[in-house]
Amino acid sequence: MSFESAGYQLLPVLPELVLAVGAMALLMLGAYGKETTRLVTGLAIGLLVVVGALELMLPAGKLTTFGGSFIVDDFARFLKILTLIGSAATLILSAEFLADPSRRIFEYAILVLLSTLGMMVLISAGDLIMLYLGLELMSLALYVVAASNRDNAKSTEAGLKYFVLGALSSGMLLYGASLIYGFTGTVSFAGIATAAKTGSIGIVFGLVFLLAGLCFKVSAVPFHMWTPDVYEGAPTPVTAFFASAPKVAALAVFTRVALTAFPGIVSEWQQIVVFVAIASMVLGSFAAIGQTNIKRLMAYSSIGHMGFALVGLAAGTVEGAQGVLVYISIYVAMTLGTFAVILTMKRNGQHVESISDFAGLSRTNPLLAFFFAMLLFSLAGVPPLAGFFGKFYVFVAAIKANLFTLAVIGVVASVVGAYYYLTIIKVMYFDEPLAKLDPMRMELRTVLAVAGLFNIFFFVYPGPLVSVATSAAKSLF
Amino acid sequence: MTTWPILSVVTFLPVVGALLIYLSRGDDEAARRNARWIALWTTLITFAVSLILVWRFDAAQPDFQFVEKAQWLASGITYHMGVDGISLPFVILTTALMPFCIIASWKSITQRVGEYMMAFLLLETLMIGTFSALDLVLFYLFFEGGLIPMFLIIGVWGGPRRVYASFKFFLYTLLGSVLMLLAIMALYWNAGTTDIPTLMQTAVPRSLQTWAWLAFFASFAVKMPMWPVHTWLPDAHVEAPTAGSVVLAAILLKMGGYGFLRFSLPMFPLASHDFAPLIFGMSVIAIIYTSLVALMQEDIKKLIAYSSVAHMGFVTMGIFAGTTQGFAGGVFQMVSHGIVSGALFLCVGIVYDRMHTREIAAYGGLVNRMPLYAVVFMVFTMANVGLPGTSGFVGEFLTLVGTFKVSIPTATAATLGVILSAAYALWLYRKVVFGKLTKPSLASIKDLTLRESLTLVPLLFLTILFGVYPKPVLDMSAASVQQLVNNYNTAITAVKAAALLQ
Repeated sequence: MSFESAGYQLLPVLPELVLAVGAMALLMLGAYGKETTRLVTGLAIGLLVVVGALELMLPAGKLTTFGGSFIVDDFARFLKILTLIGSAATLILSAEFLADPSRRIFEYAILVLLSTLGMMVLISAGDLIMLYLGLELMSLALYVVAASNRDNAKSTEAGLKYFVLGALSSGMLLYGASLIYGFTGTVSFAGIATAAKTGSIGIVFGLVFLLAGLCFKVSAVPFHMWTPDVYEGAPTPVTAFFASAPKVAALAVFTRVALTAFPGIVSEWQQIVVFVAIASMVLGSFAAIGQTNIKRLMAYSSIGHMGFALVGLAAGTVEGAQGVLVYISIYVAMTLGTFAVILTMKRNGQHVESISDFAGLSRTNPLLAFFFAMLLFSLAGVPPLAGFFGKFYVFVAAIKANLFTLAVIGVVASVVGAYYYLTIIKVMYFDEPLAKLDPMRMELRTVLAVAGLFNIFFFVYPGPLVSVATSAAKSLF
Repeated sequence: MTTWPILSVVTFLPVVGALLIYLSRGDDEAARRNARWIALWTTLITFAVSLILVWRFDAAQPDFQFVEKAQWLASGITYHMGVDGISLPFVILTTALMPFCIIASWKSITQRVGEYMMAFLLLETLMIGTFSALDLVLFYLFFEGGLIPMFLIIGVWGGPRRVYASFKFFLYTLLGSVLMLLAIMALYWNAGTTDIPTLMQTAVPRSLQTWAWLAFFASFAVKMPMWPVHTWLPDAHVEAPTAGSVVLAAILLKMGGYGFLRFSLPMFPLASHDFAPLIFGMSVIAIIYTSLVALMQEDIKKLIAYSSVAHMGFVTMGIFAGTTQGFAGGVFQMVSHGIVSGALFLCVGIVYDRMHTREIAAYGGLVNRMPLYAVVFMVFTMANVGLPGTSGFVGEFLTLVGTFKVSIPTATAATLGVILSAAYALWLYRKVVFGKLTKPSLASIKDLTLRESLTLVPLLFLTILFGVYPKPVLDMSAASVQQLVNNYNTAITAVKAAALLQ
């Protein structure tokens, strides 16, 4: 199969091309058709599935194009599939939100698609330009979806806040990129890796700014401030989206930049990542304790989880990268399941978001409570649930890299974190029940069942995910 | 030797029972009855199957038996199960006590019976798995997984301060265990595997031994529990429902002692030797201090909880003495304490079901209305004191003898603790059972029912049997204990010899 344009191989970008063209076509359909929200959303999910299938059908091995600025390796394949799953699940979770006749926003699905396209480009980025292109495409679409609940002040505020702070972080990232370009004379990761054998002050400066921009996107401390407000303000399906797919993409590019562009100066970026990881884990654990709103709590929880994922990256080894991949996969499953539960929280047609609204759920809706409790235990990292294995793999890498302090602080933070997850379980199981919730919608049930069963039974046969993650991690080295 | 994976069957049978209960759910009286009967039969069948283990067990063999191995996580982390003379008694203890727990909950649990029984059955699987896992990660999975059902048992079916107690229990134990998890990882990179039999043969560098020992110690000391991290235990015991207390005292606490025997001593012999004085000190403090604290209690369950801490002090002391008698005594004391403390909590549960209070002051003169109860309670109280002729004596005696060879001051101080234990146990017995029956609320209290007798009589029989004829338990563990002692002493003398040469 030869597939060229202006001398460049287009095969590696075929899935992205299909996604882009498909999104445009759906935009036309939405703009000229009538009452098309449902149709566009359904087709968008189908498109994501097709793109995922195309991605898997690409020839094996490492493919590059556009002079090395676009890379498709096992690492990219793994994370792209994960991103596509996250985006598709988000669209499924959004069905109810979009069904509201007062909204009728078919653009929502298209924005999610465009954002996903940005993520895929970001994951495959092989130089700083491609990185920035992907990042901005992803973020711009995200700013808009955050504010998609147009008549709601909180949602608008969330979108605006995210936009302003996001622009600031993009600026920092660009500044860092320009410094790195200035001191190494190249923008490609491979070129930077050869040029940056020693940490000259200019490169380290650029690195710090670059990482700061990336930390913002993964919502790691100290660039996490937007997270709770945006999570709380944005419509819940959008929050589910923020917590899953963009985190995957941002963490992917973080890992790729650190490991492929700066392998020569590991000790320089390692201390930054160690600090960020510790700060995120500790802040995520402690700040979540006082929360009463479940979405804000999930915001702090995701900050903490990014900290744990970065523990693997801090190791800077194959095991570390593998740990990051396993962690983020399990994290996506847990998060989607949790948000399926949060979206179910409706009484008399009104969404409720306070933790006390879960009171006595184990008696009014035992199965839902059971799945949610298992997800929470898993988020807390209690074996034998999936979340434990995520933590296991990142900490095992940290121990091998002799990062004992990081590991000890990390596990202690996870115990503190367990406290607030237990609080929710306590509310569900120990407290007196409130009025019954509205019946759970079919699509939420499906997402919760898949995520919940994955979470509970992961330990039985963890082999496939772990081995795929291993080969993906090895492709970076 | 075996054609079917008997150990896995024993381990996972309770899960099957839990699934059956789930399928027959409902909240009417019939569903509750079904749940109870399914749970009872599951535990009985599990016990029966576990007896096959005893039957086929070759006590002369010190190595692991009924071994099963399968691919699991990664190279070096496998699904590996097996038992030896040290773990088999605990497996049997678990399977034997579970039916009693179910029967004890027959009438007292009326809310959400199905879920309660499912939690207990899952807990049984996790406990058996803990004692039979031969891979550290697998062990950790079972060890920590047990927190989830126990947390729910205390929190959902517990007393008034159940929330506080369940959180304290969960977080204390979790904090101890995560440090152990890090040590497990360090061992994994040191040896390239988490296979327990392999790790026992692998020499661990001295500095890693010290750190890993401390990390494992953090976990087991909390679980055991040792002074000063025992404070979660009285709370958890007081708030847990009767059967929860029984499981907690009889089995969950034994995981700490088992952990010391299985991991700390064989894998880190040098660190164990170095830290033995620390353990002796903590054990003696536990024995004397918690006995004194027990003397001051107003709540029956709390008193027994503190006495558990004291008895576990004997176990740790015996184990770290590093002698044959110490090890054997430690194992025996744990089995004996499992039976006796379990029975004591059942006794408390019986009067609690009638009076709904555990205040010592609310009782007195029970012997007049409950002669049968008075007899049974007396035997278990005497066993708790360590009266010769009961199983409690054998364990305490062996651990003291084992320690005497190593550290006379420790043994002397611990022996003083025996006197204190007699003081609080007899004091409790006198307050509750003897005297005139003056309280009007007790005037119509009934003696043991058939169901209650059924739970207590077998335990009574075992207490006295092991008191006069402890051979079955001691024989079962003898070969493995001997191997442990030999390996431990070899490791220590090798280091001493090396030090002399330098």
